[in-house]
This record gives sequence, structure tokens and C-alpha cells, in this order.
Amino acid sequence: MKTTDYDLVIIGGGPAGLTASIYAARARLNTLVLEKSAPGGQILVTDWIENYPGFPEGLSGADLVMKMANQAKRFGVEIETSQVLSMDISEPVKQLVLNDRTVTCKAVIIATGASPRKLGVAGEEEFYGKGISTCATCDAPFFKNSVVAAIGGGDTAVQESIFLTRFVEKVYLIHRRDQLRATRILQERALENDKIDIVWDSVLSSVNGSDGGVESITIKNVKTGVLSDLAVEGCFVWVGITPNTSFLNDAIQVDKGGFIVVNAKMETSVPGIYAAGDVRNTPLRQVATAVGDSAIAAFEAANYIEMLEDQ
Amino acid sequence: MAANILEVSDSTFDSDVLKSDIPVLVDFWAPWCGPCKAIGPVIEEISKDYEGKVKFFKCNVDDNPVTPGNYGIRAIPTLLVFKGGEKLDQIVGMVDKSKIETILNNSI
Repeated sequence: MKTTDYDLVIIGGGPAGLTASIYAARARLNTLVLEKSAPGGQILVTDWIENYPGFPEGLSGADLVMKMANQAKRFGVEIETSQVLSMDISEPVKQLVLNDRTVTCKAVIIATGASPRKLGVAGEEEFYGKGISTCATCDAPFFKNSVVAAIGGGDTAVQESIFLTRFVEKVYLIHRRDQLRATRILQERALENDKIDIVWDSVLSSVNGSDGGVESITIKNVKTGVLSDLAVEGCFVWVGITPNTSFLNDAIQVDKGGFIVVNAKMETSVPGIYAAGDVRNTPLRQVATAVGDSAIAAFEAANYIEMLEDQ
Repeated sequence: MAANILEVSDSTFDSDVLKSDIPVLVDFWAPWCGPCKAIGPVIEEISKDYEGKVKFFKCNVDDNPVTPGNYGIRAIPTLLVFKGGEKLDQIVGMVDKSKIETILNNSI
């Protein structure tokens, strides 16, 4: 086996990538962690995490990820702010093209996570940051005593709508079906909340406003086809996620939604390439599942690297 | 906070930002905002690379409601780039370091 710059490159610095880096560092692998922005990923925007074991009072997503990053640093992990533009993974020596150089390694763990999905309706791009948001903890205080809309019906939409009610006068929760998909405990809290008005069987059709920002949204009832306008100053969109895989260029098998297909060892369709966390095909996307995936991925990557070296 | 990133307030915005003789990046943030905390070190890193070419300021939207209101900011982090008193560019949310560098290069 030829020498490489690193044994292992981990792409992504959220809970999945940080966990993989802790396991890799303790396995004494020469590891590089790449994060295109700042460590954290999607949990930075989560107001409160109360289902991650070990924190009985719950904690903010930002605090949890800071603890994970500090734990990784304790084992000597270095996190570089850089982006992977493309990869050549056809040979045993993998090459990753970064902004400023190309690095070689023996194994890769893809832990790039996912981003909030866009609906692609009129006004969505135009008013992003001017009334449209995907982060309640960041932006709710801009809507004190206002009426806002939230789009979605899953865990994120329901939990964040409940958070919004601390600031706003009213939340219209717009959901395309006639029942919520969120965890029962969250559904119960939303249904009991006087400030949340659930609009069933409806989808967002457009976001309307002027230079000053969002003024209203148009929604469509999917059963009757009727369009109606709601006067709102803000519109929070939580309609699922899309995987961050633009650098893959079809080199790895993905599912219909674009999520990376792995087996129980977190192996992808290419030997030496692993995927963990939200970017992979998984029935549940939580911090708890991401860290479990990553422990397995790092363990298997270490075995793979050892096997290569024995050859 | 790094010495090359200074605080700007509603009262100093005109003199510090609009009347600056070189381009200025203003990072609108608040203590409650997780992504703002995370993007802080990235801005610090960038500020070192652009020393002398671009000035860097942070504006706490909690303490300074007027300036974000003037620019229609309803989401943070928002980064605004000014040149000659005019708003040149705007970035909303967590973005890649390279995207911030691109808009700064355009402003110089």
C-alpha cells in the first residue's frame, strides 16, 4: 500500500463527524476532519435537545456540539475549515480535492448531513432572511407579537412551532395531511397550545410581500383546491431535508431521495468509503442515531485500514 | 473576541461602517443564536486574512435594534458588506467560508 497523507478523512463536523473523529483518534488513526463552515451542522439551530441521553434537563444544540468538539480536541483531533469539491475514489488510494489542495487517504467517512429542503414556491428565495426562515431559535425574536406561519408536520416543524409561541402572537401550522407526523409528546403539546392554529390538508403556494419583507402567504387546500391568503409577517419552512452530497458525482450508490445507501457496517457501495448520520439512508435522523452510526463507521474504517496495511 | 473584529452600535454605525474608507463586513448576531456563535470563529479566521483590506464589525441585534431594522434584517446570522456607504452584498444563515471570501474579494 502506498503512503497517503492521512489514514482517514472525515467529511463533516456535526455530531456524526465529531463522534467518528473521537473513535478514530482513540484508534490512533492519522485523521483529518473537514468542515466547510463551523462544527455543528443542523443541531446548531435546534432550540432544545431533550432526547439525547445523559442530559436529564436537556441542552441546546449549540452546547451539545461544543461539548462533542471539545471531547474530540482532547484526543488531538484537528478540524480544518475546508470543503470537498470532488473525490476520486476508484483506487485504493482515495483522492479528495479541497479548496486549496488535494489530499490522499485510505478511507473516508462521509458525515456531511443534510440541509433543510426548499419547497420551490414563488417568493421563497426572494424573502429568505426577510421573513422566511428555517431557524426558530435564531429568528423568532424578530417576530415578537407577530402572526407567523410554519410549514410542515414532522418533529422539527412541531417542536419549533411550540418554541415560536414564546415570542409570537400566533402560529398557523400549515400541514399537508389531516394528522401530524411528529412524535406523540410533541403533538400533544402543539394541540394544547392556544397560540398554535393548525391548518390541515394545506400546502404553501406562494410567499407574498414587498421590500419591507413578508406580508402574507397563499396556501392551497389539497382536498378542495381552494386558494386562500393568510396575513403573516414570517414564514418558517420545515418540510424535511435533503442530503449534502453534491461532491459525490454518482460515484456512490444513493437511494431515491439521494441519501447514501450503506449496510449494517456503514459501508457504502465503494470499499473504504463509509457514511454515517443524516446523509445515509436511515429510518430515523437523530443525534442519538448519528453518533451510533459513526462509532460503527470509525471502527470498520480502522479494520479496513489495518487490512490494507497487512496486504 | 479577536482584536480585528470590533463592536458596532446603532450610534457608531454611520461613522464606523458607512463612512469607512475601505470595505466593511458587519456580522449581525445575538447571544441566543447557535449558528451565530458557530460562525464567529470562521469570521475571525477570515478577518486575519483580510487585515488592512476589509474592516470587520459585529453588531448585536439585541442591543441595537435600529440598524438591523433599517436593512430589513429578520434572520441571523446575516453578514452585510458595505463599500462607500452602500450595501454591496448580503449573506443570510450559515454558509461556507469560501462563499464569504468570494463576496469580500468582489468588494476589494
